[in-house]
Amino acid sequence: MNRKLWDFHGGIHPPENKAQSTREPIVRPPLPSRLVLPLQQHIGQSSQCLVKAGQKVLKGQLIAAPDGYVSLAMHAPTSGTVIDITSAPVPHPSGLTDRCIIIEPDGLDKWVPHSGISDYTRAEPERLLQIIRESGIAGLGGAGFPTSVKLNPSEEVTIRTLIINAVECEPYITADDMLMREHASEVIQGIMIIAHILKPESIQIGIEDNKSEAIESLKNAIATHDREQSIELVVIPTKYPSGGEKQLIQVLTGCEVPNGGIPADIGIVCQNVGTAAAVYRAIIKGEPLIYRVTTFTGEALGQPRNLEVLIGTPVNELLEFCDLNDSELNRLIMGGPMMGFSLLSDSVPVIKTTNCILASTEAEIPLPPPEQACIRCGMCETVCPASLLPQQLYWHAKSKDYDKAINHNLLDCIECGACTYVCPSNIPLVQYYRHAKGEIRMLEHEHTRSDHSRQRFEMRIKRLEQEAAAREEKKKARQQAAAKASAARNKASNNQGAKAAVIQAALERTRAKKTRLATDSKSSVNRAEPEPETKTVTGSDNRENT
Amino acid sequence: MALLKITSPHMSSAGKTGDVMLTVVLATLPGLALLTWFFGWGNLINIAWASLVAVSCEALVISIRQRSVMFYLTDYSALLTGVLIGLSLPSLAPWWLTLIATSFAIIFAKHLYGGMGQNPFNPAMVGYALVLIAFPVEMTSWLAPKSLPGNDQIPSFLQTLTAIFPFVGGEAVDAFTMATPLDTFKHKGEQLAAQLWASEPVLSPSSWLAWQSISAGYLLGGAYLLYKKVFTWHTPVALLVAMTIISGIFWLIDPDSYGSPLLHLLGGATMLGAFFIATDPVSSATSVKGRLYYGAAIGILVYIIRTWGNYPDAIAFAVLLMNFAAPFIDYYTQPRTYGHQISHQKTRSGQ
Amino acid sequence: MSILSAILILLALALVFGTILGFAAIRFKVEEDPIVDQIDNLMPQTQCGQCGYPGCRPYSEAIANGDAINKCPPGGEATIHALADLLGREFIPLDSESGEETPKTVAYIREDECIGCTKCIQACPVDAILGAAKQMHTVIIDECTGCDLCVEPCPVDCIDMLPVEVTAKDWYWEAPELPRVGIIATDRNPAGKPSASEGRAA
Repeated sequence: MNRKLWDFHGGIHPPENKAQSTREPIVRPPLPSRLVLPLQQHIGQSSQCLVKAGQKVLKGQLIAAPDGYVSLAMHAPTSGTVIDITSAPVPHPSGLTDRCIIIEPDGLDKWVPHSGISDYTRAEPERLLQIIRESGIAGLGGAGFPTSVKLNPSEEVTIRTLIINAVECEPYITADDMLMREHASEVIQGIMIIAHILKPESIQIGIEDNKSEAIESLKNAIATHDREQSIELVVIPTKYPSGGEKQLIQVLTGCEVPNGGIPADIGIVCQNVGTAAAVYRAIIKGEPLIYRVTTFTGEALGQPRNLEVLIGTPVNELLEFCDLNDSELNRLIMGGPMMGFSLLSDSVPVIKTTNCILASTEAEIPLPPPEQACIRCGMCETVCPASLLPQQLYWHAKSKDYDKAINHNLLDCIECGACTYVCPSNIPLVQYYRHAKGEIRMLEHEHTRSDHSRQRFEMRIKRLEQEAAAREEKKKARQQAAAKASAARNKASNNQGAKAAVIQAALERTRAKKTRLATDSKSSVNRAEPEPETKTVTGSDNRENT
Repeated sequence: MALLKITSPHMSSAGKTGDVMLTVVLATLPGLALLTWFFGWGNLINIAWASLVAVSCEALVISIRQRSVMFYLTDYSALLTGVLIGLSLPSLAPWWLTLIATSFAIIFAKHLYGGMGQNPFNPAMVGYALVLIAFPVEMTSWLAPKSLPGNDQIPSFLQTLTAIFPFVGGEAVDAFTMATPLDTFKHKGEQLAAQLWASEPVLSPSSWLAWQSISAGYLLGGAYLLYKKVFTWHTPVALLVAMTIISGIFWLIDPDSYGSPLLHLLGGATMLGAFFIATDPVSSATSVKGRLYYGAAIGILVYIIRTWGNYPDAIAFAVLLMNFAAPFIDYYTQPRTYGHQISHQKTRSGQ
Repeated sequence: MSILSAILILLALALVFGTILGFAAIRFKVEEDPIVDQIDNLMPQTQCGQCGYPGCRPYSEAIANGDAINKCPPGGEATIHALADLLGREFIPLDSESGEETPKTVAYIREDECIGCTKCIQACPVDAILGAAKQMHTVIIDECTGCDLCVEPCPVDCIDMLPVEVTAKDWYWEAPELPRVGIIATDRNPAGKPSASEGRAA
């Protein structure tokens, strides 16, 4: 193959450890005892729950609807009963809980009525997008961005290139590899459906050269499928993190996604192979996304292999199925060893973005040794795929000098972990960056909040002043009216010549005026002075105005 | 089963700071062996003594700072500083000279700036420069190499030990000392270069062989370090190329008064400097492009100081001068981040 | 004579440079926010009055007139640092008379117990409490600054200040714990005891 390939800066070659989990074909584990479905499995708004505890659901039935444009639908992975909608541990690095729908399977695995479109080429792209949205498909590569949103770029851009990410560059993970080996035809048809929606000029599948079997089966599938457009299978050199979206785009096209932009800005849309297969099932078979292929590997497992897992299956049941050696297990990682996060509970479920569960022993992935001083060796810089200066970011992040960190483009860090991997001083660089990014986000949030509070405070002061002024006006008007009336009365009484009555009226007037003035001055003082103590004392005075 | 909360990446490569330092120490061996072969035991004793002083000073300072002594000693950075000082000093440097250079390097140049990773200057070169300025006589008396015909005065181990530590009380020796090739060349006065090569014993083929071999030894060690990926090629190659070019230009213009590139590359501490001193990561520029500038500037500075300055060799001064400039170089050689258009404009406007 | 010419030259130079500087001052004038606005911008805007002033803006004005910068407990050390940077003053620890730096809280009204007196509504500096006379009140959590001012006026003590809960959406990694051996230049923290401020997420 003489196609020109580009290279991205840096990158590393960690031990692959992929052979362990590719010895067996993909297996479907037995139905779990219960399914835990977090309402947030993706980027965007949480889904909106549509079911109630005690409700019976069928396999593939919609149980949560997207709440907003960037959100996701969710379906029951099997038939059974919703037993609870509650907070449960979710797969998240924090180990926090979140709202989940919990379903107890009834063992019947009974489908809702569903049907696919036999000839998608005659369907409108809008219709296909609608089906993808209703099927709850999110990017299965790891980020979990709703696919229907990604396949619907803004009107202003034309998509020239569709890139299918089959790189799977992280060590240990073989889910995409096995999917391509066994279901290459589904993948290719899924790609063709996506191409039908996007109408790109070229379609490229990027795959690392360490997956020869998958390459072979993809080639066969491409050859057998009738199509209007050729799919180019591009074999790229194995290097981590060439499977990063931005890196893959650079390798295949030589273009860079502009800072702060998305691939669509340069006419490219990237999709994962697993997502393509899910699109195929949604369109052709009418099946929503309710299962995925997940790699179970690591030395703590007796039988490392790939499983076709129902979304929501608790990890511990699957580990059991893969013959977990409990005493050996030291670290449980969701995702790969470079970017995955450690799980704090083994009862969390597999979700739509879970491509791998790594159950490692201590010998396999030892604890990080204590951090030593940075010697500025620059190894981190030579491996950074984003061409950042990791050691500078480290100094700034550590000293909480976030302005400088932002100036050094901290926010362009993709957290691939290459810098930490090579650091001879065992500095957890990525953790520093993650913390700094979190702090920056938090500070920004607080700043907008405090601006908002200030606005509300100022509005309130203004409102109170206006109310006070309005009252003052009213009083003046009343006084004037009273003065006029009494003047008229005076005239009348003068005419009658009753002196005593005049004196009486004058006395009464002054008395009334005095009491009025007293209350007036009191309340106006209260309004000018927003001090809390005064306010509470005269609370009753204000109440009529609120 | 206790599950751990650890941030990714969970894997890490093998090379650790301590290993890196030990590899560098190991890579000095060919040069050291040749040095010992041609000049006797002096440098070996110096290195042992300097290392002992360096490690003791390090341990002392760390314990004063209430840190874990073993944790810091096992990064072997102090050992490396000691070895480099021992290699740079003349072979019969008296014990107190080494003591001053090494303790100053560790205590002042390293720990007063905050310790490992914080020092803006190369500690070994700070120590070396201090004694070079303060004790110029002791610093320029080198032994005549063993390969020089008629030189049967290479002192024995005990004699060397006595020369370095006079209180040991062994038999004193009146060793045959002479200037280094660069020194000789510098003070040639009106003599033509060719005459000098013909007349001076230190530039005679047999003596020149010694200097050449030692440089070759360091080159070999440097090649090993490059192979082990301890550092990238940028700094040493830029240094050597820049020096070759600038010395070549002047030599071609006037070969009678300027030294040949070969003299500059092999006649002094150039190879030691290029591979073992300038590559010290802590005090050098860090960006790839920056290291090219950094190395080239050292090469040119060394040549300038050697040719027109007061000192016959200039690795220490050139390296220290460029240490000053390293942050500046780094600032202007920031790589272009993926997806960004211009590299440092944003930083500049942001500051 | 030479003295005279020297003086003349110096005067001429002074004139020329003075003109250049004067011109530059006008030509390159940087429009800056008045200092009070800049200070106010760093304030947490809780309007809690713990500093002794009736709101963040009055305190900002007081700081601009020379008051201490360490009287804002909700802002805490971060705000004091920011103010010290802005004003070129020394960092000083939080004034304990004003209060202590506590985790962020928001007010919750135990709605069963609320009698609808509206006193908390009048006390709230950002209008974050909703309700009417003799009707149960509630706090708009998103608007609440956690200033505490509504707690005191409540005649039935039905307002609780509860810490803001961390959710998966706003959680982020804590900073790496410094190794027990400590590293550099922080000799205030002897070995084995990473300082509280460095060891935990700020």
